[in-house]
Amino acid sequence: MNRFSYHRAGDVAEAAQMGAEADTRFLAGGTNLVDLMKANVERPTRLVDISRLPHNKIEELPEGGLRLGALVTNADTAYDARVEQRYPLLSSAILAGASPQLRNAATNGGNLNQRTRCYYFYDTATACNKREPGSGCGAINGVNRIHAILGTSEACIATHPSDMCVALAALEAEVRVEGPGGARVIPFADYHRLPGDEPSKDNTLQPGEIVTAIDLPADSFTENYTYLKLRDRLSYAFALVSVAVGLTMEGGKIAKARIALGGVAHKPWRVPAAEALLEGQAPSPELFGRVADALLQGAVGQGTNDFKIDLARRAIRRALRQAAAGTPQSQTDKHVA
Amino acid sequence: MDHITGSQDLSAGTDLPGIPITLTINGRVRELSVAPWVTLLDLLRERLDLTGTKKGCDHGQCGACTVLVDGKRINSCLKLAVAYDGAEITTIEGLAQGEALHPLQQAFIDRDAFQCGYCTPGQICSGIGLMNEGRASTRDEVRELMSGNICRCGAYTNITDAVMDVLEKESVK
Ligand SMILES: Cc1cc2nc3c(=O)[nH]c(=O)nc-3n(C[C@H](O)[C@H](O)[C@H](O)COP(=O)(O)OP(=O)(O)OC[C@H]3O[C@@H](n4cnc5c(N)ncnc54)[C@H](O)[C@@H]3O)c2cc1C
Ligand code: SF4
Ligand code: FES
Ligand code: FES
Repeated sequence: MNRFSYHRAGDVAEAAQMGAEADTRFLAGGTNLVDLMKANVERPTRLVDISRLPHNKIEELPEGGLRLGALVTNADTAYDARVEQRYPLLSSAILAGASPQLRNAATNGGNLNQRTRCYYFYDTATACNKREPGSGCGAINGVNRIHAILGTSEACIATHPSDMCVALAALEAEVRVEGPGGARVIPFADYHRLPGDEPSKDNTLQPGEIVTAIDLPADSFTENYTYLKLRDRLSYAFALVSVAVGLTMEGGKIAKARIALGGVAHKPWRVPAAEALLEGQAPSPELFGRVADALLQGAVGQGTNDFKIDLARRAIRRALRQAAAGTPQSQTDKHVA
Repeated sequence: MDHITGSQDLSAGTDLPGIPITLTINGRVRELSVAPWVTLLDLLRERLDLTGTKKGCDHGQCGACTVLVDGKRINSCLKLAVAYDGAEITTIEGLAQGEALHPLQQAFIDRDAFQCGYCTPGQICSGIGLMNEGRASTRDEVRELMSGNICRCGAYTNITDAVMDVLEKESVK
């Protein structure tokens, strides 16, 4: 690790002001940042420790939603009784990720802002436009088993590795941020971005902006939901493909559908037109197949990840079946039903 | 944890001096001066001679470095020690009461739950964290919630047996 100074932030305003300065990073749980600093991918000259800021609670919202403080840990969020009962999709997605130890340290704000697990991004001996703009992309024409099949650019084919964010996308959460320019609210779909020709930017945060909370809407999916995660081993591995589904069923028909894919793009992948195909319809394998095709329209394999297109197609159909039947994927018994 | 609050520039200046922190480690209060880039794992092993906690991967990928912080299991390799100022830390060295082993330590011996033993301190701290969390009662749940600890010797079956033994005894109480 390079040498750096350490400052413990007293409040958000101070942290935001310091965070806007060059080579400064916010330290929350540290499970991603410290790792990247050990790999010399991140070389900040100053860390601003935000872990003791007061945004460490889960609170009811007046309209019936829930506010998840940015500094609440992933474990405390997944095991919160209100989250378990009202947002089981979120609870399930968090518990599908990382390990109990990591979830005890990782925070909600850190989870949103974790960087890609692209091997070349981590390896400073190789080219990577995300780490070093203009240097090239080692993954294109390289080993890209874990890389994206949707929304890629000629500059970068990385994926966003979070499980939690895939559920937050399906739940249409909002991200509350505060920065030197004041506070604002970002719809989840607009928080992360596609790589385009600026892959160094993972999301739409402005310099110095801090995530203070994630707001969950009152409207949720408590019966017909699933988080299906497929990976190289059953636990403690990032998703190759994951699917979050939330359905509202009325009289045997689907009234509302939200679907987000993980492991396939630089951000959780949603296609509103695919969701619309389900609305007003009775579940059927043929319908689920069409929805999968609509979600994967334009998918392109990069070589070693070609298998992901078919894997995603099957995972989407399976997840829709699980959600419609009200039999969500267990994160303990990994048998895919 | 909150005896230090408010804004403080804890390492101002160009020579980056050590930062004063207080940690309670295995019941003993330690006043330390620590450079900001020192991980909790390196502090324990290299400075405090608490080498029971192991370094496997140093990247959060194996669980060998698991310790308990305020009763919760975490990977000490990914935590800067300065961030834990004021915390209470329990390592494998702090589990036995004198000569009396912690029930999970005893269960690991009874169940032959290790071969080389390198992952064992992390496994035991993790198992205690699992019990504190109270989320596992079945074998499947124990396996899933112990999945943050890799054992290269593959002692998983016996590790699960050991954790189940103690869980079952606790639930009888
Ligand atoms: C071995 C391993 C396996 C893992 N497996 C999974 C997995 O399967 N699924 C999964 O989803 N995740 C997985 N993770 C990733 C883990 O979830 C993230 O590392 C964690 O969520 C990051 O949170 P943190 O609080 O530790 O962030 P930090 O490491 O402290 O910060 C990460 C980044 O976010 C920034 N940041 C932190 N908080 C804020 C904020 N409030 N506002 C603005 N910026 C902020 C930091 O500056 C930094 O750039 C794994 C990690 C490891 C090490
Ligand atoms: S895919 Fe993106 S992150 Fe990976 S090497 Fe290419 S530019 Fe870097
Ligand atoms: S040494 Fe910390 S997880 Fe491997
Ligand atoms: S006993 Fe050897 S690694 Fe677990």
